[in-house]
Amino acid sequence: MEEAAVTDTASPKLDARIPDGPIQDRWDNHKFDVNLVNPANKRKYEIIVVGTGLAGASAAATFGELGYNVKAFTYHDSARRAHSIAAQGGINAAKNYPNDGDSIYRLFYDTVKGGDFRARESNVYRLAQVSNAIIDQTTAQGVPFAREYGGLLDNRSFGGAQVSRTFYARGQTGQQLLLGAYHALSRQVAAGTVELHTRSEMLDVVVKDGRAVGIVVRDLVTGEVASHSAHAVVLATGGYSNVFFLSTNAMACNATAVWRAHRKGALFANPCFTQIHPTCIPASDEFQSKLTLMSESLRNDGRIWVPLDPDDRRPANDIPEDERDYYLERQYPAFGNLVPRDVASRAAMRIIDQGGGVGPLRNGVYLDFASAIERLGKNTIEERYGNLFEMYERITDEDPYEVPMRIYPAPHYTMGGLWVDYNLMTTVPGLYAVGEANFSDHGANRLGASALMQGLADGYFVLPATIGDYLSDWLNTEPVSTEDDVFVDAVAAVNERTEQFLAIGGTRSVDHFHRELGKIMIENCGLARSREGLEKAISEIKALRAEFWSDLRVLGTAENLNQSLERAGRVADFLELAELMCLDALDREESCGGHFRVEHQTEDGEARRDDENFSHVSAWEWIDVDTPQELHREPLTFEYVPPSQRSYK
Amino acid sequence: MDLTLKVWRQAGPDAEGGFKTYEANGVSPEASFLEMLDQVNEKLNEAGEEPIAFDHDCREGICGMCGVMINGHPHGPQDGTATCQLHMRKFSDGDSIVIEPWRSTAMPVVRDLIVDRSPFDRIVEAGGFITINTGAAPDANMTRIPKEAADSAMDAASCIGCAACVAACPNSAANLFTAAKMQHLNLLPQGQPERYTRAVAMVETMEAYFGSCTNHGECEAACPKNISIDFIAMMNRDYVKAQFKNFARAGQA
Amino acid sequence: MTTQQRPAVRQRRRWQDWLSGFFTSSVGLKWMMALTGIGLLLYVLAHLVGNLKIFLGANEFGEYEIDLYSEALRNLGGHLVPAGSILWLFRLGLIAAFVIHIGASAILTRRNWDARGMNRYEAPRQYAAANYASRTMRWGGTIILLFLLFHLADLTLGWANPSFEHGQVFDNVLASLTRPPVAILYLIAQAALALHIFHGAWSLFQSLGSANPRYNAFRRYFAAAFASAMFLGNVAIVVAVWAGWVS
Repeated sequence: MEEAAVTDTASPKLDARIPDGPIQDRWDNHKFDVNLVNPANKRKYEIIVVGTGLAGASAAATFGELGYNVKAFTYHDSARRAHSIAAQGGINAAKNYPNDGDSIYRLFYDTVKGGDFRARESNVYRLAQVSNAIIDQTTAQGVPFAREYGGLLDNRSFGGAQVSRTFYARGQTGQQLLLGAYHALSRQVAAGTVELHTRSEMLDVVVKDGRAVGIVVRDLVTGEVASHSAHAVVLATGGYSNVFFLSTNAMACNATAVWRAHRKGALFANPCFTQIHPTCIPASDEFQSKLTLMSESLRNDGRIWVPLDPDDRRPANDIPEDERDYYLERQYPAFGNLVPRDVASRAAMRIIDQGGGVGPLRNGVYLDFASAIERLGKNTIEERYGNLFEMYERITDEDPYEVPMRIYPAPHYTMGGLWVDYNLMTTVPGLYAVGEANFSDHGANRLGASALMQGLADGYFVLPATIGDYLSDWLNTEPVSTEDDVFVDAVAAVNERTEQFLAIGGTRSVDHFHRELGKIMIENCGLARSREGLEKAISEIKALRAEFWSDLRVLGTAENLNQSLERAGRVADFLELAELMCLDALDREESCGGHFRVEHQTEDGEARRDDENFSHVSAWEWIDVDTPQELHREPLTFEYVPPSQRSYK
Repeated sequence: MDLTLKVWRQAGPDAEGGFKTYEANGVSPEASFLEMLDQVNEKLNEAGEEPIAFDHDCREGICGMCGVMINGHPHGPQDGTATCQLHMRKFSDGDSIVIEPWRSTAMPVVRDLIVDRSPFDRIVEAGGFITINTGAAPDANMTRIPKEAADSAMDAASCIGCAACVAACPNSAANLFTAAKMQHLNLLPQGQPERYTRAVAMVETMEAYFGSCTNHGECEAACPKNISIDFIAMMNRDYVKAQFKNFARAGQA
Repeated sequence: MTTQQRPAVRQRRRWQDWLSGFFTSSVGLKWMMALTGIGLLLYVLAHLVGNLKIFLGANEFGEYEIDLYSEALRNLGGHLVPAGSILWLFRLGLIAAFVIHIGASAILTRRNWDARGMNRYEAPRQYAAANYASRTMRWGGTIILLFLLFHLADLTLGWANPSFEHGQVFDNVLASLTRPPVAILYLIAQAALALHIFHGAWSLFQSLGSANPRYNAFRRYFAAAFASAMFLGNVAIVVAVWAGWVS
């Protein structure tokens, strides 16, 4: 195994441009310091936004409102379908409506701590600062947040916080927030400021003289590959949990856009920081195509257990109380079933790995509502979780009011992503990354109800304020023509790659390779990682990649809608990204947040962080497919929240 | 279980389409309907035939991408369920299943089971939004909203835009979709300033593509989110009221 | 992909545009159908109530009550207005209601066929909510219209009734209904009318925008009751003629 080349601490490539001054003032100072584009000049600029989820739609809409010319791209048939729509639980904000002592500072503090001290303080503080404006904005857009009888907004509590700060719209908060952004975007489409391209997949970023000048897009219906140029390109293309094949992400979620950007020079930060969510429905057979998440709020009332005897095959309800192991309550008496996601997931995985799992495939643990139903009554439980219980029943055909649910940890969110500075610009000037696509705010672990907050903060408030700093340099210049060689070459390269997929003519389908990759990744780069496993994974991934390029079978042509062809490109990129994830996980010789190295744990199996050597962001630079990537480090300093060991005992 | 599938295949928007019959053997009752199609596709790929194209994404019933007509039922025989949430245990060994794309003039087939639902976006662009620029919003708790109104708006807003309503409607009308999108906003105080112009713009855009409502109620029965046709009545009222309201002088509230 | 062209939504600047916009929109047409439907419902109800006078037979002077009733209708307004003018006002209103109701439905049917196009489903549709009545409105309506023409020819103008005498309502009805084909035709028409009302009297609430969970169930009962009353009342006359209850 070759060692990764390492640049010294504080790589010059990684100028995060964090403003000076007290943390409370940094965002305001920065907004004052950056260059602006005056209102009359905004129409002279073209901005490309790729992806129309929460971050992309909100950014595109806001740019349109400001007067920029925007082109927005989505591979879906409408801007309303991105996987942001599936977020259930809610969105955090420091409104302190419940009067329980919340503040911007507390939200900031909780997020830095929840992220296990691997996020930038300044970014997180800004996130907490704009969180309140998001609630104001979305409420004004008509997002039907839950309300109390007096007509004011309701809040609920969520894992990892001691205050109630989560706003929610039934179990469909993501849907409602996305629809709000989609409505705002639709308004701009009608106004002509945003040109929306649906069923159009971005397949490359075009870089000229070191700056992003446009993208190459394939029309998924006609197969036509075309390029679009602009003054700036914004990637809002989500995370890469689908590298695990079975994840809670939608089937089409992919890393192609960020990976193509990475290959064009954008550094990729903390790829090994992935979040495994504890309350998903276990897979039921080998053909399972995805895992379904159930809101973490279930753990508020459900008790998690497994039979004491791993070979106990009796139905759950026949197992007497004293033969059950409520392992979370036993191991973490203070937090019990409400420990953070990473801790809960790891505990479940340990049991399943040791053969103590329940269910036909022995791949779950029980989440039992019997005592809650006894204590609160079935009606209360139904009011709180009715839709989740119904969803569970539909998938498993078991009634959770009668028998305990079975749950299983599943890859859910990726904290890693393209490295961005305080302006959300990647290391390629003019190329921005927002939402889950960037790495910025969650450190090594994301708290519940924070993803929606970050996506909308980036799209509505942060990027629209910072993008002018870059754009102002290009006033009165035309975007590079798409006739330019750099575009012509990029289109040719995309066409060539497409032809390659079709020409392999092997025997295996794209899904086969994706599934195999997923197995390697979940086993070796999932919840628990070891040097041995990661090294094995890297060699297996390389072998799988070689097999992919020699034995793939994609039928049909490139001239029409060809779903296998679409997936081939995505899986090809996953096959490269997976290797980088393992490399990063190998390099990070500590356990923190979602990253757990078995070599680095305390005697009782808790994560052991190494602040001395790893209090930094790892950003990787692409060299080529056969050369290990070069590591750059951005040191992290904590002036306001001194790092401490998380303890939930 | 073993099934016989009769599936609509059509190579492109302008191509001639037709039904093809496939055997799906050894289907697990635990599999979802779309996973069953995945397996059929895997076998087609092996056999050298192009896989069946169908829209799908989140596979948890919220994105609204999936949706096919299954034996004459939009989204299949289970009530309040999108195609992706339908599981094969609802079928029996030996069943024949006819799988067809949504049918209407406004939403032509793009390929196989995929249709073009973009008219829905046109309806929303016509007025399915609240005109407010980012950053201009007052405090979220400044306007109190009766809980019932907020809940009702949420009922309407839960529409996933799958177009099962259009597919189910004998008239290919999109009234349930349009009404849900419109009433979500018209029920809230925030939506009042544009209430009647919204009603007119959305209804007339809808009518440029779709048929009219004859109150069969099939849309409500087909809706995977069980959205009520009460919202259609509310839309009708708003539209008619808009014709007589003096908003040039008195505003829309 | 290239999305479909946005249609031009009518710009309304002049009052003519406003009028044509409203009355050519499908929702507007349905509204008109509901309003005229209410008018027609009131009419068929009044018509039935009047017809039931046939059961009252003759008064002490040997005049049939129903003949007096028809005379009274013609003399509405007494000596204030020319004879028959009020009745003609009603008739004009009725004709207008029929024209609008049928015209609107013809326009909407045409639109709906276009919207559905040649796109039929292969598998038989498994209707979950649509009922026989709702799916046969067009055909039921056509039957009712054809019957209406015959009915006018039969009992108003007398063209289809060889023994017709103007003003002799009781005798005319008896003469007409004792012909078996005519009796059967009446029964079929009444069935069609009842079905039409069963859906229409419910549907009009929706079209007029009246929906409220509190009384939504009532809308169905109302329609069912109205349709049954019409059917039973009208059929009773035919049955009575054949059973010899009226003579």
